[in-house]
Amino acid sequence: MTGGPEVTPALAEAHGLTAEEYERAVKIVGRTPTYTELGIFSVMWSEHCSYKSSRIHLGRLPTEGPQVVQGPGENAGAVDIGDGLCAVFKMESHNHPSFIEPFQGAATGVGGILRDVFTMGARPIALLDSLRFGPLTRPKNRYLLSQVVAGIAHYGNCIGVPTVGGEVYFADIYNKNNLVNVFCVGVAETARLFKGEAKGVGNPVMYVGAKTGRDGIHGATMASEEFGEDEEKRPTVQVGDPFTEKLLMEACLELMAEDHIEGIQDMGAAGLTSSSCEMASRAGTGVHLDLDRIPCREEGMVPYEMMLSESQERMLLVAKPGHEDAVREIFAKWELEAVTVGKVTDDGRLKLTFRGETVADIPVRQLADEAPRYDRPIAAPQWVEALQGLDVEALPEPSDYGEVLEALLASPTIASKEWIFGQYDHMVRTNTVVLPGSDAAVLRIKGTDRYLALSVDCNSRYCLLNPYAGAAMAVAEAARNVVASGARPLGITDCLNFASPERPEVMWQFAMAIEGIADACKALGTPVVSGNVSFYNETMGLGVYPTPAIGMVGLIENGRRPVTLALKDDGDLVVVVGESQDDLGGSEYLFVWHAREQGVAPQLDLDRARKVNDAVLTLMDTGCVKSCHDLSEGGLAVALAECAIAGGIGAQVGLATGGLRRDALLFGESQARFVLTVAPANRDMLESVLSEAGVPFEVVGWVRGDRLQIGVDRTLTIDRPLSALSETYRTALERALEGGR
Amino acid sequence: MAIGVVVFPGSNCDHDVAHVLERVCGAEVRMLWHRSTDLAGVDALVLPGGFSYGDYLRAGAMAKVSPIMAEVARFARAGRPVVGICNGFQVLVEAGILPGALVRNRDLRFICREVTLRVEHTDSPYTKGYAPGQVVRFPIAHADGNYQADADTLKALEDSARIAFRYAAPDGSSDASPDDAHNPNGSAHAIAGIFGEHRNTLGLMPHPERCAEEVLGCADGRPFFEGLVAALRGVAA
Repeated sequence: MTGGPEVTPALAEAHGLTAEEYERAVKIVGRTPTYTELGIFSVMWSEHCSYKSSRIHLGRLPTEGPQVVQGPGENAGAVDIGDGLCAVFKMESHNHPSFIEPFQGAATGVGGILRDVFTMGARPIALLDSLRFGPLTRPKNRYLLSQVVAGIAHYGNCIGVPTVGGEVYFADIYNKNNLVNVFCVGVAETARLFKGEAKGVGNPVMYVGAKTGRDGIHGATMASEEFGEDEEKRPTVQVGDPFTEKLLMEACLELMAEDHIEGIQDMGAAGLTSSSCEMASRAGTGVHLDLDRIPCREEGMVPYEMMLSESQERMLLVAKPGHEDAVREIFAKWELEAVTVGKVTDDGRLKLTFRGETVADIPVRQLADEAPRYDRPIAAPQWVEALQGLDVEALPEPSDYGEVLEALLASPTIASKEWIFGQYDHMVRTNTVVLPGSDAAVLRIKGTDRYLALSVDCNSRYCLLNPYAGAAMAVAEAARNVVASGARPLGITDCLNFASPERPEVMWQFAMAIEGIADACKALGTPVVSGNVSFYNETMGLGVYPTPAIGMVGLIENGRRPVTLALKDDGDLVVVVGESQDDLGGSEYLFVWHAREQGVAPQLDLDRARKVNDAVLTLMDTGCVKSCHDLSEGGLAVALAECAIAGGIGAQVGLATGGLRRDALLFGESQARFVLTVAPANRDMLESVLSEAGVPFEVVGWVRGDRLQIGVDRTLTIDRPLSALSETYRTALERALEGGR
Repeated sequence: MAIGVVVFPGSNCDHDVAHVLERVCGAEVRMLWHRSTDLAGVDALVLPGGFSYGDYLRAGAMAKVSPIMAEVARFARAGRPVVGICNGFQVLVEAGILPGALVRNRDLRFICREVTLRVEHTDSPYTKGYAPGQVVRFPIAHADGNYQADADTLKALEDSARIAFRYAAPDGSSDASPDDAHNPNGSAHAIAGIFGEHRNTLGLMPHPERCAEEVLGCADGRPFFEGLVAALRGVAA
C-alpha cells in the first residue's frame, strides 16, 4: 500500500521534473518510481535543494583561509574568533513564502536559519535581515513590509535572539516579488562543532521536536518556480511556532554539551527527505526509516506527505549507540518528542518502510550530491548598454542642494529604520554594544575582550547596471561597514536572489555576480563560508534586480573599542578618507531627484578598497578615531547628515569641486570612502598614518553647532538646522507607511 | 547567600539576569526549573523576562500554574525578596502576587528602546541605591506592558507609596497620564513598576539587567541589583 495516484511522466512534470529528469529517476530506481519516490525526487532535485543551475558557478567562490573553521556544505559556515571560539553563520532567503503569506513567511524564515546555526552546536547571538519591497506608495507594499516586520519580530523576540540590524531597499521591481533574507550568527566552541552526518552503521536515527503536519508540502518546489497570475499557494507556506523552537534550541544545546550524538541536521526545505538524504550522503552511508514511527500531527498521513512536509521546529539526529535514553530524557525535560525512527545503514540507500511495505528505496548520492547539474546558457542582455548609456552631463543641476539632501534623507531606502528595529528586541542576551542604525551591529563576546561586528549589504541597482561590479561592491560595502565599527573583516555568507535561471540573461547576471563576489572576497581577504541561492524571483516574466546580499562578520580585537558613526565633540576635525570621483550612475540621488535608475555603476578598485580599510583600522589602533561612517547611498552629504543626526551635533564642512559637478561631489557614490572625526590634537597622528598608508584623505571641516553647513568652492551650498534634518530622517519611513507621502 | 532565577519554558532573559548577578555583583545564582518545588535554599527570587509558554493564551497566564509558583507565592508571603522583570512581572500579576494587569501597549506594537524612569520611592532593597526622584535610563522590550488596575487599586498604590518607577521625561517631569509623550505604552499613572504590600516584592516592565554594565552604554540598572545583593548580605551577615 503506497497510496497516491499512478506515477506517469505527466505527473512527474506536474511535480516540476523535466522529461529528462524523470527518465533519469526511472533509470536510478530501475522501474517506475512509487508516488513517494516521485515526491522525493521532485524536492531533492528542485532548484532550491539541488542548486542544479548554480553549482557549477559556485565553485569559483574562494572558501579557504586560515580563519575558516567550516566552509560551505554544512548547515552553516564558521570562522575562528580566538579563545577556542568560532562564529557560526549563514544567510537564507524566504522570498516566495513571504510574498504569499508575509507574516508566517518571514517568521519561518527566521526559524529556519536559527536551526541551521544551532544544529552546528552554536548558540545563536544575532539576527539581521536584508529586505526588498516595492515602493510604499502602494498599499500592498505597506502591508507586506508591516507583516514581514511583524513576522520577524514575532519569531525573533519570542525565541530571545536579538535582531540587531539589516537593510531595506525599495524599488518598483519588487512589487510582485519581495525579498526576505535572514542572516543568523552564533558562537560555538570550535572543538565542539557538530555536523550533519549520519555516521556509524547501525546507529539509531532519531526524530526530535514538533510533530509532522500537512503544512509546507512542496515548499521547496514552490520556491523553485516563478509566480504566475494566481497566488493560490498559501497552503505551501509553513506556520512557525517560536516557543517550540525555543524549547528545541535549548534541548539541542543541552544535548550537544555532552557526547550523545554523531550528527544532527534540521528539517528545513524538503523536511525529512533532505535531512535524511544529506546526512547519509555526507557520511557515505544509508538511512532506513520506519515511517510508522514518525510523530504525526493528524491521522491518516501517508508517506508522501510525511516525507515532503515542511512542518517547522523539527530535527533529525543520529545518536551514539546506547545514548537514546539520554537523548529522550533531555527532550522530555523540554516537553518535546524524541523518537527513534530508523537506523544508519551501509547500503548507501534511503529506504522507507510503512505498514510493512517498502515505499521508497533510492541511492542517496544520486538524490543529493549527484543530483542533476546544468550549465545553463548565458547571454548578456542588450538593454544593459542602453541603461548604462545615460548622459549624466545632460541632467540639470539642482538649484537648492539643501532640498535635495532633505529628499534623500526622506527616501525610505536611506531614512532611519527606527520604525522597524523598534519592534525587534535588539538587546536580549545583553551583548548588543552598538545598536541598530550604525554601520555595523556590534556584539560583545562575553568572557573575552573581543566583539563581533555584523553587517548585511547589497545595492541591487548597481547589480542591475553591472552585476559584476555590483556584487563586488556589496562585498566591499559590507567590509567597509564592519571596518567603520573597528573590526577586521573575517568572512561572508551570501544569499543570491535572482530571477529564472532558464533565461540566459539571468544566468549571465548570476555568473557575473559570482565573479564579482569572488574577486572582492579574494582582494578583501573574506572567504565565503556559507550561502544560499534563490532563483525564480520573478512574476510573469519580470524578474527582480540581481540581489546578491552579503552578510559579513568582522572581529574587533586587541583591546580596540567599537566606534560608531555619531559625531562626538565640538571642534573635532571632520576627515574624508578615500577619493571622490564622478560616480553619479545608479545613485540614490539620480533615482530620488531625477527618477532614473540608470548610468554606469560606481567604479570599484579592490586594491584601493583593501588599502583604505587597512589604513582606517591602523588609525583606529591609535585610538584617535572618535567616529567613523562608511559612504554609500546618498554620498558624502547624506553621510555627514547621518553622523550629525546620530551625534546630535552639527558640522561645518568646506569642499572643493576639483572638476566634479557639485551634485557628484555631494551625492555621488564613489566607493572606498569613509568620513571620520578626530580631536584637533590628533591631526599629526591622522596625517602620518594615512600618508604612510598612501591613502588619499582631506580634512574638510569641524564638528560644530546645531546646523549642517556644507560649502562648495567657498559658497555655502547646504545650510540646514540639524533638528529639521533629524525630523525628516527619523519620521520619513513611518510617514511613508501611513501613506502620507 | 544565593539568588534563585526561575526558568520557565520560554524564559529568555534568565541568562542575562544571572550574568549581572554573578559577574557584576558577585552573587551566587541558582537556576530554578519551573517544575521544581524546592527553592534550593535561596535568599531571593528573580522571575526573568522572556516569553514563558510563548505568551500563548496571555502573557504569564500559563506560567502562573507552573509547579514552582506555589512556592514563589509562599516565599513572597513570608516577606522574602521576589522581583519580576518584564515577563516575570506579568507572571506575578497573573498569579495575584502583585495587583493589576498588563495589557497590550497603547500603539499595539512591540516596543524595544531605552526609556527614562523616575525612581519614586527608595525605601526598598531594589531602589535604595538611587536618590528619590532620580531619573534613570532603562530599556524596555515588550508588547504587553500597559499597566492597568481599577481606581481603588491605583489609589491604594499611590497612597501607600508603592509606585516604584514611573515613566518620565529626562528632566524627571511626568503628568502621569496614559498619553504622556514619555509614557511608552499607555500605562495608568505612567506606572513602570510597583511594590507589593510589604515592599519585598517588586514587578517592573523595564529591564535593569540590560543596563548594568558600562560596555552596554549605560549602567543605571546596576544599583538595582547591587542594592538587592547588599540587602541580602546584610541579612546573611
